[in-house]
Amino acid sequence: MARPPSRRPGHNRKAQYSLFASYVVAVTGAAVALLLVVVAIFDPTGFAGLRTITAESTRPLSAGLKNMVSGVSSVDEVLAAYWRAGSQNVGLRRQVEADRNHIIEAKAISQENARLKKLLKLVDEDQSDLLTARLISSSASSARRFARLNAGRWQGVRPGMPVRAAEGLIGRVHTTTPNTAEVLLLTDTGNIVPVRRASDSIPAISTGGGDGSLEIRALSAGSNPFKPGDLLVTSGIGGIYQPNIPVAVVVRVQGEIAWGFPIANPSRVDAVVVERAFEDVVTRPDPAAAPPPGGVPANATAP
Amino acid sequence: MIDRHLQHVSRLGHTPSRLRLAGTPIITVLLGSMLTALPLIAQSAAMPPFGLLVLLSWRLLRPELWRAWIGLPLGLFDDMMSGQPIGSAMFLWTVTLIGIDLIEHRMIWRSYRQDWLIAGLAVIVCIIGGVFFARITGGGDVRLLLVAPQMLWTILLFPFVVRQCARIDRWRVMA
Repeated sequence: MARPPSRRPGHNRKAQYSLFASYVVAVTGAAVALLLVVVAIFDPTGFAGLRTITAESTRPLSAGLKNMVSGVSSVDEVLAAYWRAGSQNVGLRRQVEADRNHIIEAKAISQENARLKKLLKLVDEDQSDLLTARLISSSASSARRFARLNAGRWQGVRPGMPVRAAEGLIGRVHTTTPNTAEVLLLTDTGNIVPVRRASDSIPAISTGGGDGSLEIRALSAGSNPFKPGDLLVTSGIGGIYQPNIPVAVVVRVQGEIAWGFPIANPSRVDAVVVERAFEDVVTRPDPAAAPPPGGVPANATAP
Repeated sequence: MIDRHLQHVSRLGHTPSRLRLAGTPIITVLLGSMLTALPLIAQSAAMPPFGLLVLLSWRLLRPELWRAWIGLPLGLFDDMMSGQPIGSAMFLWTVTLIGIDLIEHRMIWRSYRQDWLIAGLAVIVCIIGGVFFARITGGGDVRLLLVAPQMLWTILLFPFVVRQCARIDRWRVMA
């Protein structure tokens, strides 16, 4: 096949000018677009307000579809559970027996904890939960990992608020529109979370790998202290995340870096909880509701 | 009704409305960009950029349809739907369209394979450019290996998309 007819307009002056003008517009527009990206380097959320239109208009569609498919996403788990029902049943029953003692112990400990706190006159009201909503869509075609939440500014969601599921941490709110919010997922390559090992509080930093994994670097010098199977929880440093939210399990250790997988899978969880930023919870701006002097340091220096 | 095929008499001589002629390609590109609104929480860059694929299909199918500046409004919409920084697809799509205009004159023979080659190069440029923009706007260390699978099946998907565009195009010009 020969090439398609040339777009060159020949000797028609008017057509020549029109073609030239179209290229001028295109090149100018491309330069403006580049400028927008440069602005985004310094202020990543600067022009995010433009997204309000599309986010708000596609929200009903995404939310409706999400309601329809929310049961379908876990269908493979259900099928896999049927596959080994018998042996699984025996195993689970044994585990329940073993766990029963632990639960009784834990109840006693929490009771004792409450009594000791009362003795110390610590005020420990849990006012961190803001609302529960669903993740309705995500940036599936981009290299960044954002998910869209079905609640926004009008519901009280603010940028920087941590988002978690019952299983563990999901991420934090990046930008908000009136009824939706973009959540920067834990696995985004730009999301850094201070964590610690649950068993002995060794501090580390978790960075997203972009492919569903997490890169965990210990803050201590020397050899890598992590080994596969270690549970990591948030440390509360930095003032965004509450301490002790489960984050990841270490699966592989490679030199200085440990690779982990998030405990909460955002595509599996049914609903997520938006919490107030940890700092806002412990340092109350309202002077009338200020905690007793002992309260703040005790909470802020949580391990 | 005797024969249901008699119902669809092609009405030659009727010109399709302007809205259908000019609006259909734009709407299909917008719909392609809007596929990110599906309730799918992806853990990696898994979904091909359908907006870009549809744009390339129309551009290669109908060179006379658009001027290069069409990449600006369509790219802006794609940026609003995807998680990329605003301006990323705007810039990349427009530059890609200008680039296709440039190389089109230099190719003597054109067939379906050359179209696929052009689209493949355009997809690679746009995805790598998107990763670069994501990296400099606070995305941290995004490795190119992460988007390699996406690149591969975007290129493999092009023949399918261009065929659907041709099907829509037939409906578009037949009144």
